Amino acid sequence: MTTTIADRRIEDAGLEAGIARLTPEKIQKTILAVLEGEGGARLKTYVETCVRCGMCAKACHYYMSHKDPSYAPVAKVRQTMWEILKHKGLVSPEFIHQCAQIAYTECNLCRRCMHYCPLGIDTAYIMSFVRRICHKLGVTPQYIQDTAHSHSATMNQMWVKDDEWIDTLKWQEDEARDEMPELRIPLEVEGADFMYSVIAPEPKFRTQLIYQAAFIFNQAGLNWTMPATPGWDNSNMAMFSGDMEIMGRVEMAHFEAAQRLRVKRIVMGECGHAFRAIYDVGNRWLGWGMHPVPVVHSIEFFWDLLNSGKIRMAKKYPGPVTIHDPCNVIRGRGLMDKLREVVHAICDGVVEMTPNREHNYCCCAGGGVINCGPPFKNVRIVGNSVKADQLKATGVKTCIAPCHNCHGGLEDIIHKYGLGIELKFLGDIIYECMEKKGAS
Amino acid sequence: MLELYALAVGPLAWLAFGVFVIGSLARLFSMYSLAKKKDAAFLSYMTWRYSLRSIFHWLIPFGSLGWRENPALTVATYVFHICLFLVPIFLMSHIVMWDTSFGFTYAALPDGLADGLTVAVMVVCLFFAWRRLSLPEVRFVTSNHDWLVLVLVFCTFSTGFLAYHQIGDSLTLTTLHVLCGEAMLIAIPFTRLSHMLFGFFARGYIGSEFGGVRRAKDW
Ligand code: SF4
Ligand code: SF4
Repeated sequence: MTTTIADRRIEDAGLEAGIARLTPEKIQKTILAVLEGEGGARLKTYVETCVRCGMCAKACHYYMSHKDPSYAPVAKVRQTMWEILKHKGLVSPEFIHQCAQIAYTECNLCRRCMHYCPLGIDTAYIMSFVRRICHKLGVTPQYIQDTAHSHSATMNQMWVKDDEWIDTLKWQEDEARDEMPELRIPLEVEGADFMYSVIAPEPKFRTQLIYQAAFIFNQAGLNWTMPATPGWDNSNMAMFSGDMEIMGRVEMAHFEAAQRLRVKRIVMGECGHAFRAIYDVGNRWLGWGMHPVPVVHSIEFFWDLLNSGKIRMAKKYPGPVTIHDPCNVIRGRGLMDKLREVVHAICDGVVEMTPNREHNYCCCAGGGVINCGPPFKNVRIVGNSVKADQLKATGVKTCIAPCHNCHGGLEDIIHKYGLGIELKFLGDIIYECMEKKGAS
Repeated sequence: MLELYALAVGPLAWLAFGVFVIGSLARLFSMYSLAKKKDAAFLSYMTWRYSLRSIFHWLIPFGSLGWRENPALTVATYVFHICLFLVPIFLMSHIVMWDTSFGFTYAALPDGLADGLTVAVMVVCLFFAWRRLSLPEVRFVTSNHDWLVLVLVFCTFSTGFLAYHQIGDSLTLTTLHVLCGEAMLIAIPFTRLSHMLFGFFARGYIGSEFGGVRRAKDW
């Protein structure tokens, strides 16, 4: 069935309040300024070159799940950017609401469509541009705006206060010492081999992940540290809300924490969007071609630990398990081979999804979509039945997803479609099945 | 009609080629300047190696995920674009015109084959038209502009076909054919036909991002 964005309008406090402040004239002024300041040859080429062939439709899980042409990548551009350009920015507040709903909640910026467009058109970039315009107009979904505010005020995503951060680490250190008496979570160690960085949901409600990481690093006898200051959080929702100014501040704080501690590199927890922020987006905004401090994602780090024999598995996790490829570290960093090598080293019976690797479907949570909150949850879950089918076809009971966002998105479809699959991080399995020599 | 024909193959032909060449160069140049001015940071990620790697994979039929998942369109697209280049350049009657005007000549396609390829282009045009009308995801994004471009190509080849087979008034059809062809040339830099110019750069850029930064394939 063919609908348009107008047919599926969703009420959201942030969007409503945003458009209430606007008039077409105000909108035009802002849009023209953004186009003039930030719209260049990429945007122009993409919009002019697209031959409207519709080949990209099949790339997008929203289209594949909803079977509605208005969810196709090119259809999202048609309903937003083409109209904006056609009317030279003179569009109604209601239209901006539609743009925001499409760009923030119906595109995960997963970049799968670039595998389908012969002309290499980057629809994710165009959607980011639309988000940027919406942000400048003050029309952002309430929930994601709240996280952007949190970044701005606290330099982390979840309003974790400075002392709560340290407290949480000490608490986890305490807990883990029951299991491994010598365990430390070293804070502010200058010159350590690496700074371990996590996303704010970890101290907030997934503290066991900090515990596990600390256990693994201590077991491996590594020289590591965490910062006691802001800059510890590597997540970045401002990047997705279109607030590049705050995005840049967050990444600056992150890199500067590592530089202040003079660590050799930053090791990032199992999160995809955080990796994108530091590896692809934040560094560029701040003027670095690549990251100014070497950055390693957990997948690669665990691969190193296993291959160098620093950690050993006491047993393998019983299969069958399947592997979910998170967009931001696979299409975004090419870690598909290392991910497989790690999973094969720690689990028995790996069953691959089809398609997989660079061609894998997105979890439908990424790109800030899940962070737009409950109003948009249903579209997102129904919009990923294709992923549910893909998971179901493997027949497994365990899925390994080395990304926080993916856990969120996959959990929702597993629940909705009754798949009965348990989600795991690599760290969960390594911690559970490794040799624990230092443990009491 | 004879005057119109003379105009079409004389001054208008010069005009069309002139607009096509100069227009294309101007568009490429202005896009490059814009890229240098506004996207310099992104331009700096472009590398020959990864640009060509991506373009290479996308030039192979069924060499990319997108092609594989759209088999009918893939076949149609390849046939269409190959014919679109071969027929105008290697058609005997076109070469004869080069010869009479400028005195140079080169190998031509056998007439029967050229005729077959012309039919192929027309058939693919109809297939494209059918897609635009019947496939919801294509209809949703189709505008008059897309029809104009398609009709232009179809008219150029169908008038050529009719003129060659001497169906209808030969002079009128030949004149129409020449005019359509010229309109198409002029349209290349200024319509979506410009994907002929910019497509390689867009693909090359994404290829460079995927290859050089993201270390993943993009096909
Ligand atoms: S969700 Fe992914 S495939 Fe769909 S339009 Fe956005 S980037 Fe493209
Ligand atoms: S595949 Fe590329 S050219 Fe075709 S409609 Fe999609 S974005 Fe446009």
